[in-house]
Amino acid sequence: MIQPLPIIAEPSKPRKPRPRLGVFKFASCDGCQLSLLDCEDQLLDVAEKVEIAFFREATRRPLEGTFDVALVEGSISNSEQEAAIRDVRARSRFLVCLGACASHGGIQALRNQSKSEELIRIVYADPSTIELLDQSHPASAYVPVDLELPGCPINKDQLIEVLAWTLAGARPMIHRHALCLECKRRGLVCVLVARGEPCLGPATSTGCGAICMSYDRPCFGCYGPAEKPNASALAARLAELGAAPDAIRRLFQTFYATAPDFQKASRIHDGTRV
Amino acid sequence: MTVQGSDGESRSTTRTIQIDALARVEGEGAVTIELKGGRVEDVRLRIFEAPRLFEAFLRGRGMAEAPDITARICGICPVAYQMSACHAIEAALGVEPGDRIRALRRLLYCGEWIESHALHVVFLHAPDFFGCESALAMAALRPEFAQRIRDSLALKKAGNALVRLLGGREIHPINVRLGGFHRVPRPVELAPLAEELKAARDLARDLVKWVGGLDFPDFEQDYDFVALRHPSDYPMNEGRLISTGGLDIAMDEFLDHFEERQVPYSNALQCRKRAGGGAYFVGPLARMNLNFDRLSSEPRQAALETGIAWPCSNPFMGIVARAVEILYAIDEALRLIGAYEPPEEPAVSCEPRASAGSWITEAPRGILFHRYEIDPGGLITRANLIPPTSQNQRQIEEDLIRFAPSVLDLEPDAAAWRCEQVVRNYDPCISCATHFVRFKVVS
Repeated sequence: MIQPLPIIAEPSKPRKPRPRLGVFKFASCDGCQLSLLDCEDQLLDVAEKVEIAFFREATRRPLEGTFDVALVEGSISNSEQEAAIRDVRARSRFLVCLGACASHGGIQALRNQSKSEELIRIVYADPSTIELLDQSHPASAYVPVDLELPGCPINKDQLIEVLAWTLAGARPMIHRHALCLECKRRGLVCVLVARGEPCLGPATSTGCGAICMSYDRPCFGCYGPAEKPNASALAARLAELGAAPDAIRRLFQTFYATAPDFQKASRIHDGTRV
Repeated sequence: MTVQGSDGESRSTTRTIQIDALARVEGEGAVTIELKGGRVEDVRLRIFEAPRLFEAFLRGRGMAEAPDITARICGICPVAYQMSACHAIEAALGVEPGDRIRALRRLLYCGEWIESHALHVVFLHAPDFFGCESALAMAALRPEFAQRIRDSLALKKAGNALVRLLGGREIHPINVRLGGFHRVPRPVELAPLAEELKAARDLARDLVKWVGGLDFPDFEQDYDFVALRHPSDYPMNEGRLISTGGLDIAMDEFLDHFEERQVPYSNALQCRKRAGGGAYFVGPLARMNLNFDRLSSEPRQAALETGIAWPCSNPFMGIVARAVEILYAIDEALRLIGAYEPPEEPAVSCEPRASAGSWITEAPRGILFHRYEIDPGGLITRANLIPPTSQNQRQIEEDLIRFAPSVLDLEPDAAAWRCEQVVRNYDPCISCATHFVRFKVVS
């Protein structure tokens, strides 16, 4: 006969109340919330300073009460999630979207360009039982959002920084200048100028640490548009360097396909050049 | 979670064990088990993770994009997706990147096995064995647990350090490409990693001993384990597909022997064996059972010292197989670093042509199948991805059918928790397997 699991008594030491943190998942790969568990050096400290009150990937604790900080991962893809994001907002003081899915619908927003019914048919033989919104939406389509962390995935150092600022009562600030600046600061050779490779660095937000260029790879835009990116000018330059129109379209239409600046840039060869 | 009971004689008592939301798994799922008179009437593993339709929007994308796009299916095992995608497309194009690229890919995979297994063993699975809601709750309970958590974070960090160096970052690495890598490390970059891995090896040895001593429920079952088998190495990127039941096929014959089926009363795609339609078991336990002789001597010795008889058919002991594989992956990474010679070119060239190719690699959770069709210009016209959790799903449900009657006498919460543990034995990754779901047993 199977025995019940041994239930060990809770620690008796009373703790003074700490800010309550909730981690919530919608349509996503789990990578952004994993970033928190990937903070190997800080995780136990974070758990000291905040009460991890809801984090289904890490704990069986049920969803109850309110949250000082809510971290939201994933895009809103069905009606259940639509109700859930409203509920999270109602429970939370400061709501942070983690990554491209929560802020822009993510890579799965590539399906927004086609009829979802047709796409479902590609994956499922009988699509009648699959309930899916027509598009993959960001959280901000339904509720006010206090902060959006960029990236696919986010940078875990930025996440820790945001938590630290928030706990100190300050409003966190996220730099959104072009990745190009970061790359120059690191003294990396420009792959666009020196090698003519199709790099999205001039139009993409900083935050990753310019990893790709340090690995001899042009930026492929996984942190989304920088502030005032002038992405269309970059698209035109890439065309001059010989990139095919369809390759340029795909380059701007991957991780941040719904971002207006990237959409515009992806269409410069449709005869709608701006 | 709740258990509802109705009055009456024990023969006709109906109970429902309901787990509203599975915790400590990757992704969103729920379980309903209905029992009548001690018999399971219905098991539903409902995954409410929303479909993301990768196979659909991969159509029309460039073949070179497949490793970056499919990585986004899973933040826990992106390397697995990158490996299966690269190999499948290289197979289509008839490209072979050579031994030095192979060694680097294997080293990268070691990193992912270490970080993914360390996460599951201590953060997702171990708390069950102590009745704790989470690893952090365990840490707060006893100083020895807190040390265990710190040690496993150090292990995870060592695995992540490998992925970060070879891949550029831990989650969704940027350095993998068709034919190889964008940049390969200089030997001097690998040296500090060897030091970190040596320290991690002590922790892994100790971890095997610790999980080997956990209290396991008696639950030996007759399984058909399926895994890759390589002529000389513990399987990761290559080999033939073999099973306990005597299967021995080339990996591109996978679809001749296994299929994804849609069950009429549900929206699930489940993998079954074509012959007989039965369930099968993939993952660390399957790998170890079928490849014990391919482990290097230290992990093999550590596995034997736990006192567990290998091959092992108790799924609760999957946690031990994961710990042994951590030790193996560290050992193997150290061997690969010691023997490292940079490839002459970071990648071999991959010229597009109309073709189709499929491949299987061993993701942390088991075999991951990719198949692509490519047009003459290098665009993907069709993609088929079958993650390990889709393959284990039927087996998880069958385990629940057999297991649930034995927890009937427990308090509602305890019964539900025990059933959750059965699911977590498989380290299911629901983000990967959005075609997961519901099936019904009529007694």
